[in-house]
Parts: sequence; structure tokens; C-alpha cells
Amino acid sequence: MDNRPKIVMDSDGIERCLTRIAYEILEKNKGMDNLVLVGIRTGGIYLALRLQKRISTIENGKIPMGILDVTLYRDDIAKSGKKAPLGKTDIPFDLTDKKVILVDDVLFTGRTIRAAMDALIDFGRPKMIQLAVLIDRGHRELPIRADYVGKNLPSSLWEAVSVNLLEKNGKDEVVIEEGT
Amino acid sequence: MIKLGKKDILGIQEMTTDEISLILETAESFLEISTREIKKVPTLRGKSVINLFYEASTRTRTSFEIAGKRLSADTINISASTSSVVKGETLLDTARTLEAMNPDIIVLRHSAAGAPHLLARMVRQSIINAGDGAHEHPSQALLDMMTIKEKKGRIAGLKVAIVGDILHSRVARSNIYGLTKMGARVVVAGPATMMPRDIERMGVRAYTIIEEAIADADVVMMLRIQMERQKQNVFPSLREYAQHYCLSRRHMKLTGPDAIVMHPGPINRGVEISPDIADDPACSVILDQVNKGVAVRMAMLYLLSGGNE
Repeated sequence: MDNRPKIVMDSDGIERCLTRIAYEILEKNKGMDNLVLVGIRTGGIYLALRLQKRISTIENGKIPMGILDVTLYRDDIAKSGKKAPLGKTDIPFDLTDKKVILVDDVLFTGRTIRAAMDALIDFGRPKMIQLAVLIDRGHRELPIRADYVGKNLPSSLWEAVSVNLLEKNGKDEVVIEEGT
Repeated sequence: MIKLGKKDILGIQEMTTDEISLILETAESFLEISTREIKKVPTLRGKSVINLFYEASTRTRTSFEIAGKRLSADTINISASTSSVVKGETLLDTARTLEAMNPDIIVLRHSAAGAPHLLARMVRQSIINAGDGAHEHPSQALLDMMTIKEKKGRIAGLKVAIVGDILHSRVARSNIYGLTKMGARVVVAGPATMMPRDIERMGVRAYTIIEEAIADADVVMMLRIQMERQKQNVFPSLREYAQHYCLSRRHMKLTGPDAIVMHPGPINRGVEISPDIADDPACSVILDQVNKGVAVRMAMLYLLSGGNE
């Protein structure tokens, strides 16, 4: 069997997905009034920044963007001595009555999104939370779905899906490989 | 994945620079929580933290309590004066009793140096040293280092002058261990009667004249005169001490440009620091220290929780 990593989306593919998602967000929300983006650390931050650029260009204005670290809201944190490095959360605006577009790279079990929603609600009472992801790989463990999906990527549980982005990995690509 | 590879935080002396950096970086992410409207995250839900304080304390105990509460842990305060200690129970018996109630972390302050180390060997819970005699006060040194890092952008290469009662000060000892490990140049100053004889073995220069110590310093750290530890008379009078060691406006011309002034509190105004310096936002970072204290203690509780599995 071929165990080499397989590239399932290249740089152009990622760019086109993000452009489409930007238009879908604007279409569904009828413009960017009251709309804010919140990227989930770390992949979600760069995708949210790219969406911010696109939406701001299309609508000729600046859509606010925040950064969320969900580590402290995870349901597995207290059980393990090992922890993901804690990043800064920075949401420099009030979320009350805002339509929040939560942005992440891969949607998998849904547990990260559950944690993110709990965190957002501690910051205020958003009017609505929508979810945008680049890859939906299935295997949900919670009743969560995305409003905007770049690509549905059926995968098996033992495969690893990684979204590499120029800003953190030096190149844009989505890779699937056999897990260890 | 990151991990603090220990069960307890007993002192800065036994910490590596990586462990210190890990706590400081984690604490920076916790700062933001205290600025939220809902100042609480669910991270340590269901964990209990016991603050066992055998010595008077307002800021350290309150700070640990707030830190625990902002992480959703249940915090229980026990002070010696209102507990079975007055009935003659020993530290170990108290600790074993508490252990049987299954807390997760015990924060201990005790007047005997080494008490937290003893406890850490005897009970399975994580122990945090919140000050043991004249030995160490790790959370204070960590919050001091965090404050310095924020105000000066770094620790390595800075000159830090620690002034006052070095002999009785656990704050001084923890800071000397921490700051020298992180690459700062530390000097200490105080009356000869308040200076441990072999202090220079800790890697610092010792002075008896404050002006010599603070020359070109980036950070001036004033220590509290600990009235409660002055069993023998180490100086003739507070007034005489203040005349020689009270940090005042004229001293600030000798320090490096933009030097910051620190004090672990509580301040004896006019004894260690003149009020106009203590209240001058241009140099005094005393309240920043208190603010950082909560974040540093949140980081300590967070990194210790979850055990070693």
C-alpha cells in the first residue's frame, strides 16, 4: 500500500475555496453589517486573516477579526499532564449582538468547536455563530456542522489530515497521510 | 505538547530556565482573562486547591485564591490562627488530614524553611511553596520576572539591584536564583547586619551603600523591612535605616535611564521607598506586580494540574 502523504488540495485550490467562502458568507448574511470573524488558533487565524482581506476588498470596508485559543475550554485538559502550549486570546471588540463567523482549518470530532462556542459565549451574547472550515473530514462526536465548507474530505480515523499554510509552514497545501 | 516535568513547585533554585520560561509564557496568555467581563474559564472545574497559610498574608493568599477561582477550581483557605494548629496539631498531621479529603493542590506558606519540601515528600498532592521562612518565594520571583520582561522587553543583560534586608528575604533569594538563571546581572545592597556573609557565592555583587548598587541599574527592587523577623536588633532605628536606604527622588538620577522600581509589598512608606517614588507611574511598577501575580499563579496551578501521567 502507498503510505506516502497525498496532497489533496494545492495552493490554488485553497485560494479558490477561500474566495468562494468569502462570497458565500456575504451572500448568506447580506453584506458585512454586524459581522465579525474569529479565527481559532493556530490554523484558523491565518484562514480568518485571508477571509478578512477578501471580504474587506469585496465590500470596501474592514471586517473586524479576533483570535481565540480554546485550550482552556477543552474537555480533556484536566485529565492529562501534557498540554498544548497556551496561546493568547485577543478579541478586541464586544461580541454582543454580533454575527460571529468562527473559522478553523479542519472540522473533525467537533470538540474544538464546542469549546470555541463556550468561550465565545463567555465574551458576550452573539446574535448568531456560524462556522467556516477549509476541510470537513467527518467523524463527528457532537451534533455540530459547518455553514461554509471548503472541501469535504472523507477520511478514515487513522489517517491524519493537515492543512499547511504559507504563514506557518512555508507553503499552502492540504495533505492526508497514514497516521502513526 | 508541553509539560512541566514536576509534581511540585518548591523553589526557583531547582527550576530550569525552560521551566521558568514556560511558566512566564503561559502566564502571559492568562493576563487577558482578568480583563474580561466574565473573568473565569472552566479549565480546572472539579479540582480543589487548599491554601494552607501558617503566616499572615493578604496579597499572596488572595492572589492564589483569585487565580484558582478564575480557573474554576474550588479554593479553600486555611489559616493557622483559626485551625486545629492552635490545638497543637503538627504540620504533617494537618497535611495528612487534608490529604484524606483529596484536594489536588496544596499551596503552603510556613515560617520554617523547607516545610513545603517535607510536605511534598509526605503527601501525593502537588505542593506549591507560597513562602517558606527566609528560604524561597517562587511565585513572587516569577511575577517579578514577568513584570521585568514586560517593562524591559527582556531579562538577559539587565542590571537588577535588590536593596534592603537581604538576610531575612525569601523574595531576594528566589529572585537571585531566577534572575541570574535568566541572564541578568544582580547586585544586592543593605546594611552589613542584614547581608548574609556568603551572599556573593550566589553569583551577585554585594554593597553596603545603596548609591553604589543602583548605579546604572535597569531595575531597582526594594525589599520590605520585616518587623516580624527582627528578633535581634540589626539596626538602631527605622529612622536611621530610612536615612541610608530609603529610595527617593535623588537616587533616580543614578540609575539607568527609564529604570523601574519594584517592591513585593506591603510597603513601609518612607522606610523603604519615599511615597513620591512609590506613587510615580513613570517608574513605579508595584501595582503591575500585583496584577501579574494573579496570571503567574494561574499558570502555576494550570501547569501542575493533571498530574504526571
